[in-house]
Formats: sequence, structure tokens, C-alpha cells
Amino acid sequence: MTIIDKPADVPAPRPDADSGGPLLEVRDLHVEFRTRDGVAKAVNGVNYTVSAGETLAVLGESGSGKSVTAQAIMGILDMPPGRIPKGEILFRGEDMLKMSEDERRKIRGRKIAMIFQDALSSLNPVLSVGYQLGEMFRVHLGLSKKEAKARSIELMDQVKIPAAAARVGDYPHQFSGGMRQRIMIAMALALEPDLIIADEPTTALDVTVQAQVMDLLAELQREYNMGLILITHDLGVVADVADKIAVMYAGRIVETAPVHELYKRPSHPYTQGLLDSIPRLDQKGQELYAIKGLPPNLTRIPSGCAFNPRCPKAQDICRTEIPALHPVTEQDGTELPGRGSACHFWKETIHG
Amino acid sequence: MPEKTADKVELPEATGTASEATAPEAGVPASAKARSLWSDAWHDLRRNPLFLVSAVLIVLLLVMATAPSLFTSASPRDADLAKHYLQPPNWSHFFAADWFGYDGQGRSIYARVIYGARASILVGVGVTVAVAILGTLVGMIAGYFGGLVDTLLSRITDIFMGIPYLLGALVVLTTFTERKIWVVILAMAFLGWTTIARVARGAVVTIKQSDYVVAAKALGASTSRILFRHILPNALAPIIVVATIALGGYIVAEATLSFLGVGLAEPTVSWGVDVSTGRQQLRNAPYVLIVPSVMISITVLSFLMFGDAVRNALDPKLR
Repeated sequence: MTIIDKPADVPAPRPDADSGGPLLEVRDLHVEFRTRDGVAKAVNGVNYTVSAGETLAVLGESGSGKSVTAQAIMGILDMPPGRIPKGEILFRGEDMLKMSEDERRKIRGRKIAMIFQDALSSLNPVLSVGYQLGEMFRVHLGLSKKEAKARSIELMDQVKIPAAAARVGDYPHQFSGGMRQRIMIAMALALEPDLIIADEPTTALDVTVQAQVMDLLAELQREYNMGLILITHDLGVVADVADKIAVMYAGRIVETAPVHELYKRPSHPYTQGLLDSIPRLDQKGQELYAIKGLPPNLTRIPSGCAFNPRCPKAQDICRTEIPALHPVTEQDGTELPGRGSACHFWKETIHG
Repeated sequence: MPEKTADKVELPEATGTASEATAPEAGVPASAKARSLWSDAWHDLRRNPLFLVSAVLIVLLLVMATAPSLFTSASPRDADLAKHYLQPPNWSHFFAADWFGYDGQGRSIYARVIYGARASILVGVGVTVAVAILGTLVGMIAGYFGGLVDTLLSRITDIFMGIPYLLGALVVLTTFTERKIWVVILAMAFLGWTTIARVARGAVVTIKQSDYVVAAKALGASTSRILFRHILPNALAPIIVVATIALGGYIVAEATLSFLGVGLAEPTVSWGVDVSTGRQQLRNAPYVLIVPSVMISITVLSFLMFGDAVRNALDPKLR
């Protein structure tokens, strides 16, 4: 028995990495919060998939539901007031929403890890960085203190923190913002998870450091062949790193596309508005374009397409009928793989 | 071993001066050495005369409580009515048995005051520790889990808070015929945990919403790990402050209960018991009452000053 078991055990550092199916699949996810003003519908039917080695950027304004989706995947939503009335989150084909709290905890950190926006507040101020990194190894893998410390230093080296061995005993506030975010990344990487969710990992950093952190993240992702969900509101950040983009508005995905095609030819008026509002050097001196109006109140999402009050192309149908995510094709009907637009007038938007 | 500890003490000094010396050139702030909330607090405390005085007094009291024979060779229970009945203090006989005179049963007041420290401090520290553990547990559970658990525990806390402390202790203690020290400690702790429970709950409610708790959860930490490793160390500062300040109050409460005749009782040697017996001779021998009272005051004062200094050091807003 033992002899038969052995060979199967040894060469499987990353089980079913090549099983073909997506790593994570979110199906028709709904999340709502009960508030004093009624039920706020933060996520209204989100679908997306991420495979190993793939980077999905989820783009959207504050309140578009991108972070809430991530929290639902991680299982760190505050419930109540949060509630998931509908939907499935399949990790390697298994619905995590149906798992017990214990099973989910075993996935967190080990299989799916998360990087948070503000690394200073996401690191415990009274525990040293080495302790917090080492905790991952001690708790999940049962390593001794000494081994855990050695692994922590190794990790800090890997995320390019200079003088890692000397700084392992330092506290979070003694690191600069960029270094703290690297530590956060190191913690998420510690157990070599299959999927990392990065929730606005560079928002709290200045521009030069943003690029370094993004490069590091991309490099590590390639190295470990992880899936990466990158949540951001910054179009500039995603361009170099992501493989595909999902644009969210009012809890729905309004457009999906491979990253460069989205920039070249947006097929949803909202995406187009976002791209037009990026300041450009060749338009120096002109007034900056801005999407008119405000994002909708989630307790009172407009009927029909949620974007219709702000949309320059809005027609009567937009106020009554919620557009489905139409597959986007070329003018002659050839399919554009991976592209979709939740707009009644996607043809007009993409083809002029 | 002694050499090792000596090394450890030297170390921070040495690195401190080294980083100060190199700071101007390297452009590194002088405080580049590892500084947590606690090491920062320690840095402040070392320079605070209030803290130093109270710490020395507390150490002295603790030594007194653990090894009273270091201070006097007289026994607190030796009574010689024929020789020593109400013999007044002899202020120039430092540390002698008759330094503070003799009480109505011919016992050395100096010896009794020294030996009495044990009971008072044992009760003070014991109640504080018991209250801190019980209160912290209740407060943490209420604060972390919230909802129905919180409501239930908070109402129980309110009920206990509504019981007048001394009256409640009086009632509880009169049900015991034999009042040993641990009985008094348990009775007082039973009624006294509420303040710390509230403080702990408040701290935990704030801390559990912080990003690092969410992050710890997202990285797979279990509930007990989050509670004890991530939340507790952050909630400890206010709990310690309240506990050290309350310690003085527990010593007073023990003295009060003993004075009323429901706390510790003879033959236990305690300041409260001595104040109680001294009352009977107040007019012709006031020192029998005054000496233990002064000891209580000094002890309470040093714990209050200590608590105050610790609070100031731990609360950055008061700096």
C-alpha cells in the first residue's frame, strides 16, 4: 500500500494545475447589505473566471462592488449586515459558499491569499514583521520558530527588502510604504497559494513605488504560475500587468476584454468615458473630460441599465431593460474571444 | 547567568549611542532602533520621577510581602502584655521592634506593619489579576462576537456593576465562616470585574474592525489565534492601565472590609485588621491606628502613581 502511494505523492507540488478548468469561477454572485436606508445591492450578478497564471484586472469606481466581490471570495464579508442571496464561487470546481467555516479557513492563506490596500493598517502594529510572516509557517505548516524565521528572511529577500536578516525583527511602522506593501505581498505569498487577490495594492503608494510593486507582483506571479485578481480603479496600473479586464459598474460587469483591446476599442460607453477622462499630453490646455453625474446610490439603483442617467448614448430602452453581457463581434460578425459588453448599443460604441 | 543579564542591560544603551553617533551622516533618525509601543513607553517611564519613586516603593513593598524577616526579627504575633502594653513609639529606634511602639496586646506594631504587607498586597494583586483575567475574557468575547452574545454578556456586566461594591462584598463575605485570604480575593474579584470587562469590550470592538484583523482572517488565522495573538496584545494597554489604578482601590477595599469585620480576621496579620483593632485605643494610643493607615496610604499612593505613569506612557495623546 505504502509503496503504491509514494510515487503519487512525490511529484505533485501543484496538484491539478493542468486540469484545464479555471482556478476560480464566480457565477452570478449577488451580495447585499442591510442598511438603515434599505437594502444596498453591492453586487448584482457578477461572473468571472481566473485560470492559473492568468491576471484578471477588475476595474471600477469606489462602490462599484469590486472589493465586495473579493471579500465574498475570501469569505471575510461582515455577515450580517452583508448577505449573499444568490450565486456560486467555485474554487477548483467546488462551491466555497457551501463549505463549512473550517474548510474555508483552510483555503484562506494556503490556496487563496489576499493583499490589502493599506499595508500599514493591515499589519499588526504590536507584532514584529518577522513574527507575522513566521506565523504563516508556524500555524499553517507547523514549523518551529527558528525554521519559520529563516523562511521569513528568505521571503523578505524574495520580495526585495534590503537587509532582510537585519530587519526581520522590526515593526511595521519602521518600514516605508513600499516596503510595507512588499511585506504584505510576502505574507500572501508565504504558502505559495494558487490564487492571489490584490485589492488596490498600489493605491496607498506614490507613483514610482507603484511601478516597482506592480512589477514585483507580476514577476512573482509568473514565477509561481499563480492566478491573480487585481482590483483597481487605476487604468494606468493594469495596462502592463493584466491579461484581461472586467469593468464593473454598480455591482455588475459592464465590459470584459483582453487588456489591450479594451484600451484600443472600448465597447461600453462607461469604459469609453473612463478612457477619455485620462489626462493626455496632446490635449494640454483643453478641458479634461469627466463622466457627468455620480455613481448610483446602491439602495436605489436606476431601472434598466444602471449607467443610463450618466450615459451620453442613453435611449428609452436603456431606462427599462437591463442589458445582458452581449458577446462582442467585429462588424462582419467574426467573434472577438473574451469580449463582452453589457450595453444595448455596443455595436455603435465599438464600431463608431 | 549574572554576566548574561548584565550584557542584555548594556545592549540597548550601546546601540542607542551608536545610532545617535552615526545618525547625522547617514541621515537616519536617531530613533532607528526597534521601537514598539512598549519600548517607547519604557523609554518614557525611565525618565519619569513619578514612575521611579512609585516603582521603588512598590518593589520595597513586594520584598516586604515576600520576605518580611529581612526587615525585622520581631514576630508580629508575640504578645507580652506585662512588658509592652500600649508602649508608645520610640522614633529614634530605627527598624527596632519598638520603633512604632506596641499595641493593646503588647505586639510590636513595626513587626505587624511589615508582616501585614503580605495580606494587603496579596489581596490587591490577587484581586487585580483575577479581575483582569475574568474581565478581559468576558469583554473580549462580548466585543468580538457581538450580537446576542454581546447583549447577554453586557447585561450581565451591567447587573454586576449595579451591585454596590462594598455592600455586595459584605453580603458575600458574611456567608463564609472562615475568611482566608483567597476567600476575600474571590469575593472581591466576583464583584469587581465589570470595569475591565467594559474597557476590554470597547477596545476589542475597535480593534476587530481594523484591517490587520481582517488581513489575519484572510490569511487563514483561526478565531482563537485572532483573539489572543492579534487582538489581545493591542487591547492590553488600556486594560493594564485600568488594572494598575484599580489595584490601589482593592487594597483600600480590603482594609475597609477588614475594618468592618467581614474581611480578613485575626490571626491573619493585615493592615485592615490592625486599623480595626487600633480604633478601640484611638484616644490614648492613636499610633496603633495611624501607623497601619499610613502604610495603606503609601501603598495605594504608589500603585496609583505607578498606574498614572504607565497610562501617560502608553497613551501617545497625553505625551
